Amino acid sequence: MNLNAIIPYILPVLFALVIVALLPLVAGYIVLVERKVMADMQVRLGPMRVGPHGLLQPIADAVKLLLKEDIIPESADKLVFWGAPLISVTAAMLALAALPIGPFFQIADLNIGLLYILGISSLGIFGIVLGGWASNSHYSLMGALRSAAQLVSYETSAGMAVVGALLLAGTLSTRGIVQEQSDTGWWFIFVAPVGFFIYLVASIAETNRAPFDMPEAESELVAGYMTEYSGFRWALYFLAEYTNMVVVASIATTLFLGGWMRPFGNTRAFNFLDYLPPLLMFLVAGYCFRRTPKQPVQVQKMFMAAVGLLCIVVALVLIMPLAVPRDSYLATSKPGIHGAFWFLFKVAAYIYVFMWLRFTFPRYRFDQLMRLGWQFLVPLSIVNVMMIGLALALHRQFGWPNWISFPLCIVLTLVAGGFLLATGEKHEHPFVGEVGEGQEEETPVHA
Amino acid sequence: MPLDNELVKRYKARFGGGIVEAWLDRKQAILVVAADRLLEIARYSRDEEGFDLLVDLTAVDWPKREKRFDLVLFLYSFPKNERLRIKALLGENEPVASVESIWPTANWLEREVYDMFGIVFEGHSNLKRLLLPEEWQGYPLRKDYDILQQDEAWVRENLGIESGQ
Amino acid sequence: MADRYSGGGVNVETTVLGADEIILNMGPQHPSTHGVLRVKLRLDGEKVVGSECVIGYLHRGVEKIAEHRSYQQFAPYVDRMDYVAAVSNGLGYCETVEKLMQVEAPPRARVIRTILTELQRIASHLFWLGTHALDIGALTPLFYCLREREEILKIFEKYCGARLTTHAFRIGGLQYEAYDELEKDVERFCKGFDKRVDEYESLLTENRIWVGRTKGIGILTAEAAIAMGVTGPVLRASGVQWDIRKAMPYAAYDQYEFSIPTGKNGDTYDRYLVRMEEMRQSRKICLQGIENIPAGPILGKVGKVLKPPPGEVYHSIEAPKGELGYYIVSDGTTQPYRVRIRPPSLINLEALDQMIRGHLVADVVAIIGTLDIVLGEVDR
Repeated sequence: MNLNAIIPYILPVLFALVIVALLPLVAGYIVLVERKVMADMQVRLGPMRVGPHGLLQPIADAVKLLLKEDIIPESADKLVFWGAPLISVTAAMLALAALPIGPFFQIADLNIGLLYILGISSLGIFGIVLGGWASNSHYSLMGALRSAAQLVSYETSAGMAVVGALLLAGTLSTRGIVQEQSDTGWWFIFVAPVGFFIYLVASIAETNRAPFDMPEAESELVAGYMTEYSGFRWALYFLAEYTNMVVVASIATTLFLGGWMRPFGNTRAFNFLDYLPPLLMFLVAGYCFRRTPKQPVQVQKMFMAAVGLLCIVVALVLIMPLAVPRDSYLATSKPGIHGAFWFLFKVAAYIYVFMWLRFTFPRYRFDQLMRLGWQFLVPLSIVNVMMIGLALALHRQFGWPNWISFPLCIVLTLVAGGFLLATGEKHEHPFVGEVGEGQEEETPVHA
Repeated sequence: MPLDNELVKRYKARFGGGIVEAWLDRKQAILVVAADRLLEIARYSRDEEGFDLLVDLTAVDWPKREKRFDLVLFLYSFPKNERLRIKALLGENEPVASVESIWPTANWLEREVYDMFGIVFEGHSNLKRLLLPEEWQGYPLRKDYDILQQDEAWVRENLGIESGQ
Repeated sequence: MADRYSGGGVNVETTVLGADEIILNMGPQHPSTHGVLRVKLRLDGEKVVGSECVIGYLHRGVEKIAEHRSYQQFAPYVDRMDYVAAVSNGLGYCETVEKLMQVEAPPRARVIRTILTELQRIASHLFWLGTHALDIGALTPLFYCLREREEILKIFEKYCGARLTTHAFRIGGLQYEAYDELEKDVERFCKGFDKRVDEYESLLTENRIWVGRTKGIGILTAEAAIAMGVTGPVLRASGVQWDIRKAMPYAAYDQYEFSIPTGKNGDTYDRYLVRMEEMRQSRKICLQGIENIPAGPILGKVGKVLKPPPGEVYHSIEAPKGELGYYIVSDGTTQPYRVRIRPPSLINLEALDQMIRGHLVADVVAIIGTLDIVLGEVDR
């Protein structure tokens, strides 16, 4: 046994174990964050009882779901019923393998990283369709097929948006993409903003989130593929959904938001931003300690203090590479630790935008949803790719400076987008014949 | 007190004996018509007199009278901003023409009157019970139906209990 | 075409053309039917080709009960019909009995009644907005609306002790004198309310998704609306400018200046705009009302025992849901001979069949929401 041959495999396996072990916990806490954010936007408090400020709510929910009776419909296909949530979860978790959480935290630096991620995410659709099929209920199947149709439609435009960013990066390797952004100094969101917008919308639809959650909405008659699932099987589907959210957020961060780069990563003048992460953690710790005496129960006080201490530890870990002398060994860990922090921060911000949109907008009806996907996003993403190609060609072949070619192409893409929007309005409401085209704005007429 | 204004004169001129009585009660006009001429009077009211809104259609039970039911139609005219009440006296098993063809809103209103009083409307498209279950026996708003009475058979069969009381 | 119901399942019937028509049952228990309403939909694929409403799940026999109670004893029962807007129900009933008795409530009582009824209209429309937005998928307006409604319910609680089924008025006027800070509370609420309505409008009115879900959905033309006997905001949104408060004023409405919002197309979006504007107009009425509440008695000359002279009367008010009418027949005794309540929700619900034909199943929920029905009133 040559130890040296095994070492390159130990670290990835370790990372994989850590991620798979932590992911349910993280997904659970994302659910809690969503509930708290929802409550905040709805002028209320959210979970407050279980643990201080509801911080133990996910644990309670997980325990409850585990203890629930495992109901399988009589006529369901048992094997498929058992396997469908697993497919969803597995696909979601596998996609995490190629994502660079920092320059040193990556399970597998594939040189086709992005292709791998897109492919594996598509496999997750199997889990949905099989789940609806296995339930042996007409309406579950219909809901599952609708979900699948929605996902497939938006995969197309998401993929094209990704292609746009790939053109700029020149490589499929996720680390390479971030490296390219680091080298040129520009996050791709500034170079291809329309691509980012397309990806944002498509990723919301990909993860079945509002405003694209018609197939699984409660007020919808068709109950969706998750109806017959209860207890932990349902939790697995939910885990898959939230992991998918993390995956698409990570892809967006890698491709458009500069991955693990600090804002203004290459500018020395902004080096003070390096102190921002530990400052943030100290502030959170301070808030925890301030709230500690206000907790009603002794146990909650201790828990709150513990959370505060945890934040202090993280803050110290963050500040450590900055505090030690520049050329000591520990200082080289700065890109790794701070990179991880910035990556997670951007992922969190992206997921916050998801939540924000969920609680602000009503739902799209299913035909409107499909229309948006095929008649607006797909043409727009194709135009986007063409324009980015044009911009690159103008820059590299014809020597146009960057600050002319890219803005020009962005403007052209926006024009195309406006054109698509304008022509798309006329095709709403296919069934209600007597309304006619082009409804005028009506304002109430007063007495 | 008896009413004899322009409106009543026009009705009487048109329908003669069809208009049995007309009076004013607390400043509200009431026209009592013969039940067999209800449909044409209703059509005249909507088309000529402009009472385009059927506000309500209901019945009152006077069991001691020979013609025990009072079928009451409440009409409103948008152009004239005027209300009119038309009544028809009906006997116990006497059917009456449905005004659904004139005011479609009468569909459910007549079904409810049928449900509660047992008055049959001829020409109604779908005369079945509205509020009570379809197999219910008895007409609750009649005065001989006790307030604590219920269709025992239906309750026992469908709810599995002896009584809802 | 036979409609068979199979207890929540699916019936597939083949039509003449060989296409499958499915009967889908939106059962009495459903998060979006606003109560126990059962709608049997006939679907051709996704499109609704016909429907049938089955009601009566909340039938309590209120009209029969009325014949066995005295006039004052019956007053709390009317609150339980449209339980979202109990004060309006009470106003209608008390005014009808006052008409029957041929007494008039004193001016002070009339003004306070108007103010409370308009506050109730705002509360009812707020609840409608919250639940309607929730059905369409917007999760947040519900909580904002309930926050406003909370203020109004606090005023009601301070006035008569109850938030929901208030029994606020008495036959002949009011029982409770307006509490000291009533004017201040109403003023404070109204002053902040305009900005709040702007907030709701900013969330929904120009929102592309909202407009897409509500424009052109559930169209009811003016002729169809009048033929179906529809009243209230639904009728006004179809283009008929008619409001009982202006056409046949009651309480103190003839003293106040307000406008009647009307729509043009009769679709869900218009109904939404009409109700939003109605909330603003109600606020205007409240502000005018509290400026000048006349002094004087609050209860008219009505004895303890009410024995109206024999006869009958019909009186209606503009409830938040439509024309709420009461037809009371008196035979000279202390108990009414017949009380008939014209429920606006029932008659508006009749128009549902017409409105959902040709739409997708997903729109049915939006259309039921836009009619603003309360099953307590539909079934009585």
